[in-house]
Formats: sequence, C-alpha cells, structure tokens
Amino acid sequence: MSDLVTIMTWLGVYVVAAPLLLVFLLGICSLLRWQLGEQTTNKSVQTAIVSGLVASIAILVLMLIDGTRHVVINIGDWVEIPHYHFSIKFVFDRLSVPMAILSFLLTGTVGAFASRYMHRERGYNRFFVLYSLFALGMVVTSLADTIETLFVGWELVGLSSALLVAYYQERPAPARNGLWVWIVYRISDAALLLAAVVLHHMAGEGDFDRLLGNGPWPDGQASLAPLAALVVGLLFLFAAAGKSGLVPFSGWLPRAMEGPTPSSAIFYGALSVHLGAFLLLRVSPILECSVVLCVVVVVLGLLTAVLAYLAGSVQTDIKAALSYACLSQVGLIVAEIGLGFRYLALIHLLGNACLRTLQFVRAPTLLHDYHTLENAIGDHLPRPAGPMKRLVPERVRSWLYRFALERTYLDWWLSDVIVSPFIWLFQRFDVLEHRWTDFIAGQRSRESDQTKPYSGPIEELT
Amino acid sequence: MNILQLPWLEFAILLSLLGALCVSRCHDPIRASRWGLAFTGTVFGFTILAWLGHYLGVKAGDGWSLQTYYLGSRILELDALSAPLAPSVALLHFLTALATARTKMRRFSFSWSLASEAIRLATFSCTDPWLLISLLVLCTIPAYVELVNRGKPTRVYVLHMALFVGLLVLGWTFVEPAANHNAQPAWAVIPLLAAILVRCGSVPVHCWLTDWFEHASFGNALLFVAPLSGVYAAARLVFPIAPDWVLHSLGIVSLFTAIYAACMATIQQDARRFFAYLFLSYSSLVLVGLELVTSISLAGALSLWFSVTLGLGGFGLTLRALEARVGRLSLADFHGLYDNSPALAVCFLITGLASVGFPGTLGFIATELLVDGAVEANLAIGIIVAFAAALNGIAVLRAYFRLFTGKRHASTVSLQIGLREHIAVLTLSALILGGGLFPQLGISSRHDAAQEILHGRQENLRTAARHWRVP
Repeated sequence: MSDLVTIMTWLGVYVVAAPLLLVFLLGICSLLRWQLGEQTTNKSVQTAIVSGLVASIAILVLMLIDGTRHVVINIGDWVEIPHYHFSIKFVFDRLSVPMAILSFLLTGTVGAFASRYMHRERGYNRFFVLYSLFALGMVVTSLADTIETLFVGWELVGLSSALLVAYYQERPAPARNGLWVWIVYRISDAALLLAAVVLHHMAGEGDFDRLLGNGPWPDGQASLAPLAALVVGLLFLFAAAGKSGLVPFSGWLPRAMEGPTPSSAIFYGALSVHLGAFLLLRVSPILECSVVLCVVVVVLGLLTAVLAYLAGSVQTDIKAALSYACLSQVGLIVAEIGLGFRYLALIHLLGNACLRTLQFVRAPTLLHDYHTLENAIGDHLPRPAGPMKRLVPERVRSWLYRFALERTYLDWWLSDVIVSPFIWLFQRFDVLEHRWTDFIAGQRSRESDQTKPYSGPIEELT
Repeated sequence: MNILQLPWLEFAILLSLLGALCVSRCHDPIRASRWGLAFTGTVFGFTILAWLGHYLGVKAGDGWSLQTYYLGSRILELDALSAPLAPSVALLHFLTALATARTKMRRFSFSWSLASEAIRLATFSCTDPWLLISLLVLCTIPAYVELVNRGKPTRVYVLHMALFVGLLVLGWTFVEPAANHNAQPAWAVIPLLAAILVRCGSVPVHCWLTDWFEHASFGNALLFVAPLSGVYAAARLVFPIAPDWVLHSLGIVSLFTAIYAACMATIQQDARRFFAYLFLSYSSLVLVGLELVTSISLAGALSLWFSVTLGLGGFGLTLRALEARVGRLSLADFHGLYDNSPALAVCFLITGLASVGFPGTLGFIATELLVDGAVEANLAIGIIVAFAAALNGIAVLRAYFRLFTGKRHASTVSLQIGLREHIAVLTLSALILGGGLFPQLGISSRHDAAQEILHGRQENLRTAARHWRVP
C-alpha cells in the first residue's frame, strides 16, 4: 500500500471517528449525569467538526493529487457468521466526498450559530447530544459503502431529527409533530431495510461495489433484471420519499419547524431533507436498469416540486415558507436524477443546501429587519403580484389558494384515509378483547379503565 | 481443581431456594429487600461463573454436584442454547430487586421472586422433557399466588394456564411412547403446538397476558414473561420433533400475532397494556424466526430472544420506576416527566430503542438477521416482519413522547432517579450498548446454538425416516 493511500485511509477513519467520539463524549456524560459546561460542549463540538472537515478536505486534495476517484476504507466485519456478514466499509468518491464536506461544513456553521442561539436554554446539553448524533448519522450515510452501513446512518439521522422536532417539550404540539415525523421516518425506514435485505440476497453481500458495478460513481452499472430493479428501486424511492418529504409525505416538513431554528436550518433546510435525493443518487445505477422506475422518479419529483411551490406560496410563517421552497427544489433534484443528470443533481443539491442554511439562519434577523423597515415607512412593505394573477382566472385561483392553504391535502389524506381508519379498527379490536376478558373473568377485568394517573404528592403512595 | 469446575448452576438454584426461605422470615420490607438483593446478586454471580465455565469449555466436576450424588447423572446443565439465558434471567431478577423503590417494597415479594428465580433457572437448564414440563407447570404457581395475594381476579389467568398445562401434558403423553421413533403423530404435536401458542400468548389466546399485566405487580409481571419460557418450551419440546407443517402453522400464527400486537401497541391508552403488546409482538417475532428453520433466521431469533429479555426487561423496569413515582401511567395524556427525571427518560429511550432493534443497540443485528432469514424464506414474511418492527418503533416513541414531553410536570418532591436505580440503569445501558457495538461474541454464540438445534432436528428427522422405512 503506498504512503498516500495509507494516509488517506487514516484520514478516512478519522472523518468517521470525529463525530463518533463527539457522540460518546456528550452521550456518556449525559448518562453519568456529568453536566458539561456550555464552553466545554462548544469546544468539543468545534474540535470534532472542524477536524473532521479538515480531514475530509485533506482526502479530497490527496485524491486530486493522486488522480484516484475511488478510495475504499474497509474497517472490517462487524459481525461475521457463515452465510452472513455485516461489513463496515466507507467510500470516498465523487458523490460521498462533497456530501461529507457539506455535512461537516453546515453542521459546523449551525453548531457555531446554535452555541449563541441556544445560550442558557433549558436542554442546551440535550440539543448538542442530538446534534452530535445527527452529525454522525449524516457522515456515516454520506460515506457508507455498504447498504447496511448506510441504513445505520439513516436511522441515526431519523431519530435525532424526530427528537429535535420535539425539542420544546413543555408544549404538546412539538411532541405531536415529532411523533408524526418519526412515524413517516419509521415507515420509510422499513422500506429501506427491506431494500437492503433484498439487495443483500441478490448479490450475496451489501457492498455498493458489488451491487452497483465496480466503476467509481457515477459510472457503475448494476446488473439487475428490469423487474428486480423496479421492485428494489421502488423500495428505495419509498424510503427517499419519506426522508425527503416527497409526495405523499410532504406534510411532515412544515411540522418539523417546531424545533429550534438551528435544527430547522440544518436538519430540514440543509441536510436531512436532501438525504432522500442523496440515496437516489447513490443507487442511480439501479434506476438505469428500469425505464418505468425512471419515469416514476421523474413524475414524483415534478409533482413534489409543483405541490411544494403552491403550498409555499401561501405560507405566512417564514420557516414554513422556506421549507416548502426547499422542498420544491428537492423535487426538481429528484426529477433530474430520474432523467439521468447526476452531476447536475449533485450540484443542485449542494447549492440548495447552502442557500437554505443561509436563509434559515438569517430568518430571525430578517423578520426583525422587516419590522424595522415597516415601522419606518408606517405601512406594510409592498408585495408585487405574481404571474398567477395575470394568467389564471379568479375562480381557479381561489381553488388553488384553498388547495395550497390546506398544504395540498396531503396531511389530510394520510391522516384521514390511513391513520384514522387504522386507529378506529384496532380500537374496535381492543373493545372486543375488553368484552372477552370481562366475560371470562365474570367481572370488570380492566383496572386501567378505572385508574387515573396519580397527581398528588408521592408520600401518599407509600 | 479449577474454580469453574464447581457446579455453579446448582449452587445458584439452591441459593435461590435458600434465599426464598430466609427472606420469607423477614417481616420488615426494607430488611427483606436488602437480603433479597444480596441473594439475587450472588445468584447472578454464580450463573455468570456457570456461563463462563460453559463458554471456556470447562467440564464441571462431579465431586460437588448434588445431581450426580443423588441421581447419578446431570439433568440440569447448560448447553449452547441455555448458557447465556441463565445469567440473563438471573440479571433480570437482580436488577428488578435493585430497582425496587421503597414505595413498592411492601408490594413486591422478594421471597416469591427468589423462589420463581430458582424454578426459572432450573427450567432454562433442563432438557429432560418431563422434568421440563413439570418445571413449566410449577412456574405458573407463583404467578397465581401473586394474583391471589393481591386480591385480583384470577379466572382469566387460571383458565389459560390450565389449558396450557392440560395440552402440554396431553401432547407429551402421546409423544413419549414414540420417543425413539421421532416421527410424531398429529394427535401428539397438535396439542403441543396449541400449548405453546397459549403460553406464548399468540392471538387469539393472548388475553391472559394483557390481563396478567393489568393485575400483577409490574415487577412480577415482567419477571414472569420476559425470559420467554414459552419460547424455550417450543425450542426444547416442539422444534426437535415437529414436522414441517407444525412449524409452518406456528410461524403463521406467530406472524399474525406479531403484526396484530404491534398495531395494538400503537393505540394503547395504558402504559402496562402497551408494554404487554410490545412484548407480545417481539416474543412472536422470536417464534417466527424459529419456525423458518434456517441457520440465519434461527441465529436471528435466538439473538432477538436475548435482546428481548434484556432490552424489554430494562424497558419494563424503567416503566416500573416511573410508576413508582407517579402511579399508574396513562398514555392518553402527556405527562411531561423529562425535567423531573432526565436519566429515566434516557434509559427509557435506550431500552425502548434496543427492544425495537435500533442501530448500535443489542437488538439491531438480531433484527437484521431475522429480516434477512425471513426474506430468504419468503419476501412477504420479510415485509411483515419489517413492518411489525417499524410499528413497534412508532409505539415506543409515542410512549416516550406521552410520558416525558408535552407539558411541565409539577411535583412537590424530587422524582430524580435514585442511586440503586441509577446503577441498574447504567448496567442495562452498558449491556445494551456494549452488546450493540460489539455484537460478534453474542451473535457467534447464538449461531452456534442455532446450529446445534438444527443439527438435533436433522438427526431426529433422519432417524424417523429410517424408522418408517423399516417394516
């Protein structure tokens, strides 16, 4: 192994190790109830993120010097038994390196912003534990060279996002919205898990090299039959739709704005919402195996872009408006992937992520500036009419306005057509079980029906 | 003589019985708790030594063994399947005793707990069919006494357990005369299959489990179900002799139970019932893995078994600690307990996520293996297993949000976690995260156990085939 490759290997290990160590540090201190000061937490975050960023940039520079475009770092088998092994492998290529650098760059920026924004906030420490978990998830997902490793990072991102949405936990709304986000994530994660397992079976292992062809991204060619590619690709698309808020899961995105601004910026404006598109880019050789799949991807992307544009146009809350603006771009990125423009999609993704981070971080002060301006002129700022007013008749515009105001009815559809009947059905089963146990017991059998949660002083329980 | 050659398992069982007797003489609950803790802790230490002896391949000497002295042979012994289960059962008893709050010491019977521990340890180290059946029957008695002592309705429990015992004895009565022939008639295996389904709480005979959680003290309810005695009975009694169609039937019913219980867990309004359904879903997933009869699915099922015992055991202990503070927990409302006890909230998340197979925890590789084995058998089974796991994850986080967030809980006294509870929490977290980050040892051991089970089953089938060819 040449010296350059050895250096790149060690740097690559460090890129993953930096956020992992941060998780251990902050997590173990929380478990042991050692309260870290704000300064110590900030220093740890800065050290881990900046050093991780420097290591990723160093790898990029070394790759450019060496002329190599595909560096694989095999940590080894996490688990190995006959007929099954779980490898931990990371890859540095044209897709993962920009994504890893973007992750470090934006988490670092938002970390610095959050250290002031969250100053003396209750749960400061909790925020940074979840932040470190998110950073680790993003880096692992970006660099994963096996589908199982990607799944690990994907899950970490999902959990930290849901808990951050519910960060302001003294109110019920953030908790409800956090749960909604988690439900969407879990269902789409199940699709990813299945896709991972099915692919593992087809290729005998979960390495992307094996699954997507040996060529470095984006030149790999998957050797899947069109039908197999369609099934696996649809599972991937479902997973991507959940994570990126594509139709029909777009409703979780504005709900996620319940979290603090730094987490909105990083998780939903910049990184998390692009993760679905990143997944599609990673498995794009599979998309190429099926024309039907490509068409589905393009249609879903365009549909998301149009609906997000409509919903975003009528939002009165700046964070919700920004999130829909971001989503409409994500829809376009997905459509570009479906059309086979991979580099364009990657550049679009990087640009959109940086722009939205800036907008989210600027949002609180922008509102303040607007108020100052409006106070100065003594009136609302003038808003020029959009092209819709000239091009679309009044009746259609009213309908579109209502449609957009209801966030294109996607939440209603998920809630009333899927969730409510599900709850209704199983509540009926619960009632049947209740009657059955009452019948066998010959008396009222459920204590939980009569017992109300205790709210008095604890001494009375003794 | 090597210290590991001592019969530590026998010592552990005897010490549990001795402990039960001693603690039953203590009338002061705090004193009883101290003695109970000392006994369960020592028993746990002994089971660790027994496991270590098995792991290192040290043959236990006969010099100190009461079994060889009185019976001439060993009928209670650890093998690949039971070796890690015995310490996990002992650990669960120890942690339950350790995390028993003062408010609960009067209600939780340490002597009955120790007696149950002795029966469970004997059950999990027993391979002789009739003795195993006797121990499984015996296991049901302390639970009945618990209900009677608490003045709770017993009919649901008694009816189901009577059905279980009756079917088990009936089934094995038909099996035993043909024991050397191995190919069992339907009238032997069907009652056995039904008995296992009743004991594991499969739908539609699952109501005793939710009823048991309604009426028993949480600690005893947990200790009765968490070690998965029903699954052990299936692995020892049904799996080696059952024809394929019996295993498929078991698998179909278990698969349905897993998804049904997962759905029910997501809509429950009471924390105990939620836990009961969560548990039911996972114990059924273990049975699904057993039924698939491949080395991967079996290794996944056995790993999941271990993870369920520790993960869901710890999850139950966290819920119990919460109940000790605020009484019976409703999931219909938000409780906002995070600020009052952040350590419990973290433990709730860790144990809850471990039980649903979150990456980095004990259950992750187990769930991966199980889904892998399921997809290998049939894609539809894989989809259902993955969907059940996803629903259980939703149920866990819903419970977390309901219990720890949504409002600010006002309390006149501190609800912070106590030192003993904190030790229990840290021990469990270390095991769950340690086992999740370094899973090779555990998975290899479970794979070896799976191979042993498969080998036993293939041997039996081969012998049976030879027998039926001979006129």
